[in-house]
Amino acid sequence: MMNNAFALAGIVIKELYRRKDFYVLFILTALLTLLLGSINFFNEQNIARYVKEFCLLLIWIASLVIAVTTTARQIPAEREQRTIFPLLAKPVSRGDLIFGKFLGCWIASGIVLVVFYVFFAVITGAREHHIHVAAYFQAFWMHWMMLGVVVGMVLLGSIVFAAPSSNSTISFVVILGILLVGRHLNKVADSLAEPTSSILYTVYYVIPHLEFYDLRDLIVHNAGSAPWWAVGVATIYAMVYAALFQFVAWMTFRRKALN
Amino acid sequence: MDDVPTKSSELKMASPRLILLLLLASAFSLSTVLAQWHQNWAGNRSDNGSALAVVMGDSRRIFANHFFTKADVYFHSGYYPSIFDAPKQQERSHMEEDLTQTHDDEDEDDHHAHDESCDHGEEHGEAEFLDKPRNIIDAFGRNFYITSHSHLAEGEQREMLPWLKIAAELDPQKVQTYTVASYWLRSRLNKPKEAEQFLREGLRVNPDSYEILFELGRIQRENYTNPDNARNLWELALLKWRKQESAGLKPNEFNYQQIIGFLGALEEQQGNVVKAIEYFEALKEVSPAKADIELRIEKLKVASEPQ
Repeated sequence: MMNNAFALAGIVIKELYRRKDFYVLFILTALLTLLLGSINFFNEQNIARYVKEFCLLLIWIASLVIAVTTTARQIPAEREQRTIFPLLAKPVSRGDLIFGKFLGCWIASGIVLVVFYVFFAVITGAREHHIHVAAYFQAFWMHWMMLGVVVGMVLLGSIVFAAPSSNSTISFVVILGILLVGRHLNKVADSLAEPTSSILYTVYYVIPHLEFYDLRDLIVHNAGSAPWWAVGVATIYAMVYAALFQFVAWMTFRRKALN
Repeated sequence: MDDVPTKSSELKMASPRLILLLLLASAFSLSTVLAQWHQNWAGNRSDNGSALAVVMGDSRRIFANHFFTKADVYFHSGYYPSIFDAPKQQERSHMEEDLTQTHDDEDEDDHHAHDESCDHGEEHGEAEFLDKPRNIIDAFGRNFYITSHSHLAEGEQREMLPWLKIAAELDPQKVQTYTVASYWLRSRLNKPKEAEQFLREGLRVNPDSYEILFELGRIQRENYTNPDNARNLWELALLKWRKQESAGLKPNEFNYQQIIGFLGALEEQQGNVVKAIEYFEALKEVSPAKADIELRIEKLKVASEPQ
């Protein structure tokens, strides 16, 4: 099973560097960051935090775009081009296919993140004359774990929804919603009457809290790194959600007609 | 039926070159009319000078507040309430409060000592917006964002400047942006020249701003040690303030206290006792610290009496 999954993952990774999405987004991120970093504010040479904030924002946007769009087109493309039939005719089960696609998209996202974070470290190192290695590694790791959940979620969406475009749009709305208000849903629930309050509280407990993985504030304001035990727990939390999404995707895909 | 041409080539059609020429001529004629109309049009943004103003129009003011607040977020090193945490919006940002408090402190050293020793949360009336964690997710999530209150260290205040500059670009009429940036530039970052330049940019857009004139006076007095220029600027600020008051615009009374207070102190230092007493008498009318000012006036009167 693992061999099949790794073989499928390899194809997804090759697809990433054949397509232009990553190159375009990376060049755009680099150009915008360098452009912003070159602005002179009151002849102060050592202002760094706004560049870090902007660069990290672009990295988050770019990585989400790459992860969501790459994952959303995997299974629909196989079905559309009818390559899914010869693929499943080989000793590859539907479970292998789901896991292989997940692994490929997740590792591809990881490769993308490595490039982005190395660029970020170089830029901030040049401005601050110091690289916070532990904090940057944590930021990268947590970001990658978060993308694991996202890839799992979008993979499930690619089986449930009819087209990659609708899947991508809905996924982006859900992901942004969780990132922006996920942390505060309990406060909103407290101010509401029953049964809305209970419903919202249930949503709060059920959703994957992607905002845990956003360490941008710690990085931007040089607030040190998060406790390592918390990073460990968050990693397990992400893996559980990623596995859950894959399991539901597999259950749905098992009963689905391919044509 | 005999008149209908049998082949398409027999159709009489104007030459494409002629059509193109006609279109070009029409476009040119229209542009001469439209260009003149656009120049006189009230909605024309091309004269605004700033690229942001041209692209965003008046909508840019909506974002200016966001960036001004962003500077305050940086001042608090990222520890800042969200709209879900702060039901009551504060009228003034904390970096502004810092500015006005220092205005009251004549002794900078006192202020530094005060900075280091006191609890800023209580000093600024900032409630610690993070209550006890409500549940396990809330408690766990606090490991990944800033949960302790601190201010930017000495010299690091420069990190706020980009946001203040952007806020001023977006809303040049927001006077606080200039005065707050100027305060940090002149008092903590030792950049009075840049502060003055920024204030003068603000004054060009807000020629009636007594706040900007007052700040310019402080640069002259405290950074350039030029009391004459400071006096001129503060007197102009006072004039502008009184003009706005008589026009019924309700200018800020605290700024009035600052202007006459600083003018009084300047005249006292320069030995113009009569003028100083005059300003302090005016200050006594509006200040909550009437007893202290009365004492100061008495001292001045005693000192000025012939032995």
